[in-house]
Amino acid sequence: MELKLITAVIKPFKIDDVKAGLKSIGVDGLTVTEVHGFGRQRGHTEVYRGAEYEIDFVPKLKLEIVVEGSRVDEVVDNIVSNAATGSIGDGKVWVTTLETIVRVRTNERGTDAI
Amino acid sequence: MNTTDTLWVIVSAALVLFMTPGLALFYGGMVRSKNVLAIMMNSLAAMAVVTVLWVLIAGSWAFGPDLGAGLLGDFSLAGFTHIPTSLAGLAGVHASPLAVLLYQMMFAIITAALISGGTTDRIKFTSFVVLISAWTLLVYAPLAHWIFSPTGWLAQRGVLDFAGGTVVEINSGFSTLAVVLVLGARRGWPRDSMTPHSVPLSLLGLGILWFGWLGFNGGSALGVSNVAVSAVFNTQLAAATGLIGWLIYERSTEHYATTLGAASGAVAGMVAITPCAGFVPPYAALIIGLLAGLACSKAVRMKFKLGIDDSLDVLGVHGVGGVIGMVLLGLFASKAVNSAGSDGLFYGGGIHLMLTELLAASVSAAFAFGATWVIAQVIKHTMGLRVSEEDELKGLDLSQHAESAYSAGGTGRFSS
Repeated sequence: MELKLITAVIKPFKIDDVKAGLKSIGVDGLTVTEVHGFGRQRGHTEVYRGAEYEIDFVPKLKLEIVVEGSRVDEVVDNIVSNAATGSIGDGKVWVTTLETIVRVRTNERGTDAI
Repeated sequence: MNTTDTLWVIVSAALVLFMTPGLALFYGGMVRSKNVLAIMMNSLAAMAVVTVLWVLIAGSWAFGPDLGAGLLGDFSLAGFTHIPTSLAGLAGVHASPLAVLLYQMMFAIITAALISGGTTDRIKFTSFVVLISAWTLLVYAPLAHWIFSPTGWLAQRGVLDFAGGTVVEINSGFSTLAVVLVLGARRGWPRDSMTPHSVPLSLLGLGILWFGWLGFNGGSALGVSNVAVSAVFNTQLAAATGLIGWLIYERSTEHYATTLGAASGAVAGMVAITPCAGFVPPYAALIIGLLAGLACSKAVRMKFKLGIDDSLDVLGVHGVGGVIGMVLLGLFASKAVNSAGSDGLFYGGGIHLMLTELLAASVSAAFAFGATWVIAQVIKHTMGLRVSEEDELKGLDLSQHAESAYSAGGTGRFSS
């Protein structure tokens, strides 16, 4: 069985919606990291004592989820529908093929370890 | 000795002392997270080093009997081998002389600490300590003698400066300018983003500064009197209108009212009222604070045009605010508020007082700048002023003090 890593970069305030959506379709594991970056949205301007600073890197959350290959489309669709606001800066989702995965406690490998 | 007056001066000394850790927070929040401990350490160093120097020599040079021509006090108080029973020219003050010297010590501490606002993120810790040590003896002590001691040559000319518009504010502003010119700008300034790492820290610092400033100005009456009450009252008013003035300027030029702007405006208002606090009626404090808030908000923008990295605007807030206060005192001073003062232009005193105040402001600025520039040059060409490029990029917290302000759980391990 093929393993896929789904990586999603989303707006931080959408994390609860996305998490609830993933739980509802039985996704059991999720890793979240606070990240900074920019895409087409670019950054924003901050003003301190009259000096304007262009802040290029906007705070985002990065989600990493490992799933069986057969579930990829379902999970990606679920993330996209729950993370979308329709405005610029909603983020990206990408999928990569995974060599293997190991559950540390039991040493299980592959889909058994998801 | 009057016990009530003495009590007020001791309490005020505590209030002024508290301003220096307040300043450390105010400044610390405005720098990047890799330099916050270093700038706070500068304030801590001032609290210790200036205390010792004050007792050894500086206090005597500032308030000891005049050596002649009103230029410097003698060594009679040096080392405080005895408890002083009187202070030259201060016969009308009924607070304990030791309390007065304690109180004045706190002024020297915070004025030295203010310099760190210009030198932050790039000055060597040891060089900063040597700098403020030499500066306390060679710049602060003489200036305090000229103006705060009634036997000083500027005081003798009728200069009014209630709580240090010259000795603290103009002095710190122009001394900082001198050091910054010798030191150079932070690497990457102004291209790189050097935004405050914690504005809430700065706002907490502002709260402490505001609280302490009531004693900074109120205590300068050196006793409990109507003048002391006026000074405290006026300080509150000028802080309020300074805050409002800064925000008015900000809203009308950048369309935002910022919290750091509000804090800076309150400081600017209190800076400007410092020389005036016990000499002007309350309505004047409202005007002086407002004008200082507007003007200092404009002034801090100038450094980008001038290309001078006065990082946290010591010149723009303290130097400019101090000059504004001194000049406006020439308009608003009233003998009805303080019989020991003078009447300004609006109270029938003519232009004389304003010219005297301008003289004191100019002399203070020129002396502070010139003498501090020489001290900074000597340090630069002997022990060096700046950290290496690598240390500056790493941050002064690590490179100067081997600490980090914020670490969420260590990932290193103990090694002896």
